[in-house]
Amino acid sequence: MLNKPIYLDNAAATRLDERVLEAMKPYFFDNYAVATSEFAYSQGIEAGEALEKAREALAAALGATSEEFIFTSGSTESSNIALKGVALGDKKGKHIIVSKIEDFPVLNSARALEKQGFKVTYLDVDGEGFVNLDQLREAISEETLLVSIQHANQEIGTIQDIAAIGKICREKGILFHTDATHTFTRLPLDVRKIAVDLVTVSAHTIHGPKGIGGLYIRKGTKIAKWMDGGFQEFNLRGGMENIPGAVGFVKAVELVTPEENKQLQAMRDRIIDRILAEIPDTTLNGHRQKRVPQNANLTFHFVEGESVTLHLDMHGFAVNTGSACFSRSLESSHVIMGIGGDHERAHGSIRFTFGRYNTIEEVDAVVQTLTEVIPQLRSISPLGKEEGER
Amino acid sequence: MRFPYSETVLEHFRHPHNVGKIENADGKATEGSPACGDMVSVYINVDPKSKTISNIKFESYGCASNIATGSIITELAKGKTLDEAKKITWKQASDALGGLPKIKAHCSVLAVEGLRSAIENYEERHGLVKEKRPTTVEIVQKRLRKVMNPLTGLDLVRTNLVKDIEVKDGVVRVVVNLPQANQFAPAIKEEILEKIEPLWDVKKATVEFTE
Repeated sequence: MLNKPIYLDNAAATRLDERVLEAMKPYFFDNYAVATSEFAYSQGIEAGEALEKAREALAAALGATSEEFIFTSGSTESSNIALKGVALGDKKGKHIIVSKIEDFPVLNSARALEKQGFKVTYLDVDGEGFVNLDQLREAISEETLLVSIQHANQEIGTIQDIAAIGKICREKGILFHTDATHTFTRLPLDVRKIAVDLVTVSAHTIHGPKGIGGLYIRKGTKIAKWMDGGFQEFNLRGGMENIPGAVGFVKAVELVTPEENKQLQAMRDRIIDRILAEIPDTTLNGHRQKRVPQNANLTFHFVEGESVTLHLDMHGFAVNTGSACFSRSLESSHVIMGIGGDHERAHGSIRFTFGRYNTIEEVDAVVQTLTEVIPQLRSISPLGKEEGER
Repeated sequence: MRFPYSETVLEHFRHPHNVGKIENADGKATEGSPACGDMVSVYINVDPKSKTISNIKFESYGCASNIATGSIITELAKGKTLDEAKKITWKQASDALGGLPKIKAHCSVLAVEGLRSAIENYEERHGLVKEKRPTTVEIVQKRLRKVMNPLTGLDLVRTNLVKDIEVKDGVVRVVVNLPQANQFAPAIKEEILEKIEPLWDVKKATVEFTE
């Protein structure tokens, strides 16, 4: 057992960077005013300026202008606004296209719209998680309003060709939303270069605060008012702005460097290479290269994921699994099933996601522990034994 | 650690008892499948005179509660007569483990079933059972008592989730008193099919939800 728990679930949440907290502090203690109009009192005006400065910086990080970026409570809300806001605001059509392996905010927003009378196409993906562009083209009809396909997958890290998807949508005059929760600052995304109309981003995956996210909305996109209240966020989302969160979000973005992304990729590559080489009967889920730098996902055949995560936890490691036993709904990962995996592949899948505070030594430590835990669990498993052995 | 598992569960998970297989088993059975998430194989040796379980082992492809239940159930059954062992319930296993989380009931009940099936297997092999009975609503209902309602940890029948059962010309139709959109609907459906489809005279089984 190691002294300090080793956290390898950075796709779920990340440790806050102290520098982010320092940047936020003044907006809790020195200027805690609500953003007011420029005709009110000084603190309110300054608070408003801080918010707008933050908006400008985040919009710029996406190649957008400030009036195209709204703050939200996180990526779940952003994706809800993108799908439902467009569905209600743009009366052009009643058909939406998403991929089968979208994260739940997109998937369940689509399902909710289906109940409201929208038609939804759930696009298949191939064995590595890629959407087929020809199938996308075929799925588009006169009625299609919006295509929502993630930039990269939350479980297996597969990066979609959003430039090509955007091009198809633009040619057909259809809106394109992408969930960039797991790629923002980790991969380039410039809305001047890519024909994307809505982009979901969040601070919680990049060592920023929880409870703040954003949505890029291309100028001219028709979108219904999301939250009734005041006129905040360009009259789309009423409610008091989270100014410390917005300021912290900007700081978190500033702190991500290309060097850090290279380090994450080095950890990713090391864990994949070592596990595949040192533990037999393992399968990589997703593409070897076209995956976000911080994600590795492997199936350890003949064992069940919750047993693996529990053993790892006893050794001080926090990881995630696609096993049904781990989930609240007792359902296997829809992503692993979506890439053509069976239940067995989903049950034995373990996701390792890295962040700023992980080290190569920690990667080696978790691999070392796995080389002990996996054979131990396999020794009691009825699966994976040759007939002669049984 | 903050797991919803008792220390006894964790101890059996870490160091399970009676693990492995018996080469010359007198009775053996496998319950569950990779599809339903968990799988348990139980092997027994039976003393032909006293009809007691002289040796018992299990293998588990499952989560912590599955492994721990396999461990405790084999402990409980060892040395018992077949009739005694058949009567060991999930509740007894759960109590011996200091309680199991309700949502995990379905994973752990497999070990109990595994034991019963291994005993049945022994009885079949030794000519101790009557011939095959055709599937009836009662038999379906009995099987559904083995499907857990994850909301409560009790079985579907006991929690009034089975609205209707129809058996006609080898086709079984089960109506579950839950909306299709319930988070557990797909898992419950899969488990019901898992239990009904293997019945020898069932050609087709369907599961419907209300709404």
